[in-house]
Amino acid sequence: MRPEVSRAFRRGAAAGLPFILVLGPFALLFGVVATEAGLPVLETFVMSVLVLAGAGQFTAVQLLAEQTPVLILLAAALTVNLRMAMYSASIAPYLRGASHWQRALAAYCLVDQNYALGLLEYEKRPEQGIAERLGFYFGVVVPIMPVWHGFTLVGALVGERIPDAFALDFALPITFLAMVAPALRTIPHVVAALVSVGAALLLAFLPYQIGLLGAALLAMCAGAATEQALRRRRGKGVAWS
Amino acid sequence: MELNGGKVWLVIVLLALGTYLIRWSFLGLFGRKTFPEWVLRHLRYTPVAVLPGLVAPLVLWPEATGGEPDPARLAAALVTLALGCTTRNVLASILGGMATLYLALWILP
Repeated sequence: MRPEVSRAFRRGAAAGLPFILVLGPFALLFGVVATEAGLPVLETFVMSVLVLAGAGQFTAVQLLAEQTPVLILLAAALTVNLRMAMYSASIAPYLRGASHWQRALAAYCLVDQNYALGLLEYEKRPEQGIAERLGFYFGVVVPIMPVWHGFTLVGALVGERIPDAFALDFALPITFLAMVAPALRTIPHVVAALVSVGAALLLAFLPYQIGLLGAALLAMCAGAATEQALRRRRGKGVAWS
Repeated sequence: MELNGGKVWLVIVLLALGTYLIRWSFLGLFGRKTFPEWVLRHLRYTPVAVLPGLVAPLVLWPEATGGEPDPARLAAALVTLALGCTTRNVLASILGGMATLYLALWILP
């Protein structure tokens, strides 16, 4: 490895390392919650290794426990993961020039951390070549990915031994709430969340969680429409002032 | 309840494949293209569109109490949400929520 590439890799690793403190406990929780929902240890571990997307995994486990049909379960969990198409679109221009297999590998480990830290780094150092950019990108995930895998396994092994008295049935709803709350940072996000809750409760009588999908679709449109309405109003305000 | 067998593996494999394709989409396939603005606008709201709808019935009608609203679980949900909105710290919110749940289950009859 050329010295500037290994420097970029180390810079990425240093930027990613603090996230171990978040991802470790989060993976541990996933392991515990998944086994608590009835998923065996091996299945829980393999899901973390292959899917590598917390919110989508929690969604899948909850819907598996509710005996949701496979297609609806996949639609819901993949919708949660759809935000990564946005990551893929914004990071792709910076990784142009990487080989096919490098991009294939980069796709597997595209997560919140290397997306956010990568964009910052590439904007700060536009002179970097593709090798350095890849060095930084993989530098961020190499230390944190094994933590996600490993702590899922630890959580699954521990979760199997926790008695029901600990009310872990509610760990999953609490996790979802904790993941959603920080995302409620703008009015359109709040509107989307409220529409999602309202529609999901109103449509809860529909079988197979069809109501959830309908609610998600409505909520997405509500968020986008609110954003556009706000922007239009703000645009007018500027024109008048 | 035990979840195993073919359905679980099918879900794991398809979810992994689908998630990989989502990540690979622009890195591998579309290359230079990007999303039109209206698609981006909808994508921004995907997590907040699904997760609240998923969690609302679990909070209001928990299975552990046979679908009856439960003060302890409602209190825990409210504390989690309040902590998440104020601290924006996922782990702190989870810990605060679970602590509230245990406290409420212990105090309330």
